[in-house]
Amino acid sequence: MRRIRLRPVLGALRTLGYAAGLPALALLAWALATDRSASLYFPPPATIADAFVETWFGPAFTEDVLPSLGRFAAGVLLSMVIGIVAGTAIGTTRWLRDLLEPMLEFFRAVPPVVLVPVLMLMLGVGDTMRIAVIVSGCVWPVLLNTVEGVRGVDTVLTETSRSYRVRGGLSLRYVVLPAASPQIMAGIRLCLSIGLILMVISEMFASSSGLGYRIVYFQRSFMIAQMWSGIVLLGLVGVAVAGLYGIAERRVLHWYHGMREVARG
Amino acid sequence: MTARVLGLLGILGFLVTWEVAALSGAVSRTYLPTASTTLLRLGRELTTPDFWVTLGDTVITWSAGLGIAVVAAIALGTVVGLVPFLQKATHSSVEFLRPIPSVAIIPLAVLVAGLSREAALMVVVYAPFWQVFVQVLHGVADVDPVAQDTARSYGLGRLDRLRHLVLPTALPYVITGFRLAASVALVLTITAELVIGNPGLGRQIELYRSAPDAPGLYALVLVTGGLGIVVNLATRMVERRLLRWHPSVRREEAL
Repeated sequence: MRRIRLRPVLGALRTLGYAAGLPALALLAWALATDRSASLYFPPPATIADAFVETWFGPAFTEDVLPSLGRFAAGVLLSMVIGIVAGTAIGTTRWLRDLLEPMLEFFRAVPPVVLVPVLMLMLGVGDTMRIAVIVSGCVWPVLLNTVEGVRGVDTVLTETSRSYRVRGGLSLRYVVLPAASPQIMAGIRLCLSIGLILMVISEMFASSSGLGYRIVYFQRSFMIAQMWSGIVLLGLVGVAVAGLYGIAERRVLHWYHGMREVARG
Repeated sequence: MTARVLGLLGILGFLVTWEVAALSGAVSRTYLPTASTTLLRLGRELTTPDFWVTLGDTVITWSAGLGIAVVAAIALGTVVGLVPFLQKATHSSVEFLRPIPSVAIIPLAVLVAGLSREAALMVVVYAPFWQVFVQVLHGVADVDPVAQDTARSYGLGRLDRLRHLVLPTALPYVITGFRLAASVALVLTITAELVIGNPGLGRQIELYRSAPDAPGLYALVLVTGGLGIVVNLATRMVERRLLRWHPSVRREEAL
């Protein structure tokens, strides 16, 4: 009797141990290593935690964090809309695809950060420029993946639906876009991580607020614990964005994962 | 054939649009030079030794960063992938560390290593390392259990199994990771040069921006795009050579 009751508890404990063990050990090692030496660049974790609360749970949250995240969200959403709409148009029209493909390949190959100086020249410094920077880097993975996805739709599927007279918007909504969605989601995933990088870079360059600006400011004024707290916050944002993407992907692609499971047997 | 002609037309169309947009004066000429000025400037840049030194700096930082990341990721990934305990124990840490944007460590790198190539390398290694590491884990986990048992019952030792079973299974995954890592490393190399200021194309771009020397700036942006395309093509070639035997590549050639 007792053993049966104990087993799930032990199992949960083991899972917890695996998940938290290494991070706990790493934190402990860090604390021990920084406790003795008064290393300037590597403050003990407790100091960083204090700095974290002090720095970010105050006006900085509304002045730096929220505007940064707002620009990130605006840039990414805009990229997704532009990328999916233009990608669908290009992917379904053969001559358009042939016409634009070499140019698109080139634009994708340009490292998005070099557009920061270009856009700074053209648009000046401001929110428009910062959002434009994010869009200029994020739009390509979504767009090119949409083109690939739309082009790669199973011909049996398209021909069947055509012979059932599923056309135009109906076909887009129920045949083409769902079939392309695994590819599109892969593009969106790339778009999110590029977007985060560009959000930080655009603020490191030309800004007087925002997460990227704050972290560089702390570094230049040798506020080391605060700088570390900023790095931690950026890490947490990255993890949160990845987590949200994971949830969204599971919702959008649940049919696809189910199909793969079945195919694997 | 027609696809190629249309593609050329596309490039031409882009250049003409650029030229017309610049000539129309919608954006001041000092900020948006014409396509012809930029291309002429690009031609002139290509003949100066300074340009090639700058390009060389970027390529050295890129290849060093990519090399460190790939070697470390393959070594650690294979060990962690083959030992179930390690894999379970590191899973949460990997999932936490991986999405941290690599630019977040720029300030730290600058503090520790100064405005140097070493600082840039810290930034360049971070993201590509995780990309390859995760692929190695997937690859090592993908070994066919039947083949595994067969190899064992034929008496293949640990090393032989690593060489004849794990390596061929994991290779396609590793190469995919390598291809992604190569372009990410290039982006980060140029980012680091731009922000940290270690010598390379990125720093030169920032210098041209603050000059301001718009034609030089745009010419170098074109160069970075070209470099990106070269990296893409080169890694794809490596993939084809190393995976000649793999069904996915063989099928492509048959068509």
